[in-house]
Amino acid sequence: MTPRLSSCSRTGGAGADRLAAFRPSRGPQRPTRAARQVFAKAVATPTKEASTSASKSASISSETAKELYRDMVLGREFEEMCAQMYYRGKMFGFVHLYSGQEAVSTGVIKACLRKDDYISSTYRDHVHALSKGISARKIMSELFGKKTGTCRGQGGSMHMFDAEYGLLGGYAFIGEGIPVGLGAAFTSAYKRRVLGDDGADQVAVNFFGDGTCNVGQFYESLNMASLYKLPCIFVVENNRWAIGMNHLRATGSTLGDEEPWIHKKGPAFGMPGVHVDGMDVLAVREAALEAVARARRGEGPTLIEAETYRFRGHSLADPDELRSREEKEHYAARDPIPQLRAYMLKHGLASETDLAELHASVAAEVDDCVEYADASPKPDMSQLLENVFADPKGFGIAPDGRYRYELPGFTAGTAEVS
Amino acid sequence: MQFLARASAASLRRSQAATEAFQRLGACGYATTQLTVRDALNSALDEEMERDDKVFIIGEEVGEYQGAYKITRGLLQKYGAKRAGFTGIAVGSAFQGLKPVVEFMTFNFSMQAIDQIVNSAAKHHYMSAGQITCPIVFRGPNGPAAGVAAQHSQDFAPWYASVPGLKVIVPYDAEDNRGLLKAAIRDPDPVVFLENEIMYGESFEVSEEVLDKDFVLPIGKAKIQREGTDLTIVASGKLVGFALQAAAELDKDGVSVEVVNLRSIKPLDRETIAASVKKTHRLLTVEEGWPQHGLGSEIIAVVVEEAFDDLDAPPERVCGVEIPMPYATPLEDAALPHVSDIVRVARRMFNLE
Ligand SMILES: Cc1ncc(C[n+]2csc(CCOP(=O)(O)OP(=O)(O)O)c2C)c(N)n1
Ligand SMILES: [Mg+2]
Repeated sequence: MTPRLSSCSRTGGAGADRLAAFRPSRGPQRPTRAARQVFAKAVATPTKEASTSASKSASISSETAKELYRDMVLGREFEEMCAQMYYRGKMFGFVHLYSGQEAVSTGVIKACLRKDDYISSTYRDHVHALSKGISARKIMSELFGKKTGTCRGQGGSMHMFDAEYGLLGGYAFIGEGIPVGLGAAFTSAYKRRVLGDDGADQVAVNFFGDGTCNVGQFYESLNMASLYKLPCIFVVENNRWAIGMNHLRATGSTLGDEEPWIHKKGPAFGMPGVHVDGMDVLAVREAALEAVARARRGEGPTLIEAETYRFRGHSLADPDELRSREEKEHYAARDPIPQLRAYMLKHGLASETDLAELHASVAAEVDDCVEYADASPKPDMSQLLENVFADPKGFGIAPDGRYRYELPGFTAGTAEVS
Repeated sequence: MQFLARASAASLRRSQAATEAFQRLGACGYATTQLTVRDALNSALDEEMERDDKVFIIGEEVGEYQGAYKITRGLLQKYGAKRAGFTGIAVGSAFQGLKPVVEFMTFNFSMQAIDQIVNSAAKHHYMSAGQITCPIVFRGPNGPAAGVAAQHSQDFAPWYASVPGLKVIVPYDAEDNRGLLKAAIRDPDPVVFLENEIMYGESFEVSEEVLDKDFVLPIGKAKIQREGTDLTIVASGKLVGFALQAAAELDKDGVSVEVVNLRSIKPLDRETIAASVKKTHRLLTVEEGWPQHGLGSEIIAVVVEEAFDDLDAPPERVCGVEIPMPYATPLEDAALPHVSDIVRVARRMFNLE
């Protein structure tokens, strides 16, 4: 609280108008030279295709390539294990797998983000969490509903949170996570611009699907991000389907096009829109590196549309009857993992033995996390009434005048709380 | 988002699925027949679309996917699809005389459209001094489901029931679902129709009368689902089934339970509730929602107002625990009411423990 006040006077004096730091500079307050240049650049290349990596000579080190490869394999193996565990009744409810889309999570999160950056995700969140560095043990335990999970078994598959790693949440409602991520970006900008914390250059990345681009929060957030030049990156994982609704049946075409291009909506809101092959981790990485650097420099948001595909049904409960075999085969042939593998071998970034070792180490990690989750204890009944309020006085006062949370049964989960 | 609307008579083709549903219904040469809740809803939608070409269905996945819970099965093939997006449009079209049935994949998602329901649909008739009417139905599964945690598992009945201008229905069995959905579609006002995912596959015996294409139940009238003399249990939707099971259990203790199936929670059938309590002198309310400001609170208020002197014991409530729904099974289990809870509380009311 104190630094906020002192910095206010530092930033502007005139009253406590903290949002002044966020207003777009218009009229007499001309944009700075740097900002003008960026603006011009964004207009000059309003939307673009990120170059595909295949045509180039190796642009990454062997170490980086191995790190990205391992992350993608871990994502895939983890999800395939989830399917087995779901069918064995170890996890329940709705479980949405990410298989096929790994290049996006890896190319953005693993390749470009720091631990203190933020990501917001959807119900399809396990692999985003893994790429961010959260241990497979904690994630699997959450899926098993165990006390050792990211949220002690309270959140489950669709609601992963980890404050330490900047995982803002898995959100079950489509569009819900976008403004939440934007709020984190706003906080980062606020720290820098209002509280004078020059080190605050964290960015927030919002992941969501093609279907979600037809809900209001998406457009509202694009506007605010652009208006306040927030360090926010919108990553649309366009896998062509929203459950059983095909993207082309749900979305009107962009002007002059045969089909809808989501990345073209960026420039309309004043930010670059980038189209990238979401099955090519190096292309994703390249687009994300640029967007993250731009955000860190304080130059504002970017919209990235990554064309990708999920190799399984919408959730493990989805019979997946509407997608054609041809379409599935088309994308299976573009599986991001063999693609990177071929690239690494071709450019001498790894040997067959190196890759076999990576696979073995992933297999061991996935087996370990299942064993760990299985052996972990279930939540105690004491958890039942905890975490509803940060201040449990919210449960009110009991007939004997004490707060209800002080009643003997509270920690046993048996107290009367209303 | 999609909508299904009746095309010209010439293009009406009955799908395989719809035909099967009809054949099942058509087996009414007998006095009674079995009907699932899903077929009750499907046939009600089908018949009402057939009857009135202003009735159309709009929602997510109501077309090719046949509805997330297959309630609209066969209707795409029969009526054809036109596409658009969604609650606000539906409300706007209702203001102009169409009769949309909005399917929410689950009522959890209706929160996205709460402004259109509460501020637009519910209030326009009043604000416009009767110039605008809103003959719309909002329907879909409501209430806790299994293993889906805080955001997908909750009961919105008390939310909607607190809004002037909305009618709110919570059907229990096949008869309720069929008769009340038809009534809701024919009603000139906005109706919120709260189904339950867990009930869709349940089968109930229905009479020939229920299968008549003009079978409609009155909105605002409760049903005595089981007669009894010692204790009134008031419930709605899935919980009526719980109450019936508890009643059978309590019979063994010699407690004769009357079960009131509310059917509609707004308007609330005060007379039926009060009359039952005047007979039994004891009241227990059952719901899956949270206790504070819930259905039970309202029903107890009604009984205190209408039948206070007839009460022989303080009324009791069985509700969900006042927490967001946890994911882990043991916690989820502890957060929800069970038949055994109803039995336990009822016994307590008779000092049987
Ligand atoms: C507000 C809201 N409405 C409906 C749903 C049901 N629903 C779950 S996933 C989904 C489709 C989302 O598709 P997309 O954004 O393309 O993401 P993907 O599943 O392909 O990753 C829908 C409609 C929801 N979760 N939230
Ligand atoms: Mg999608």
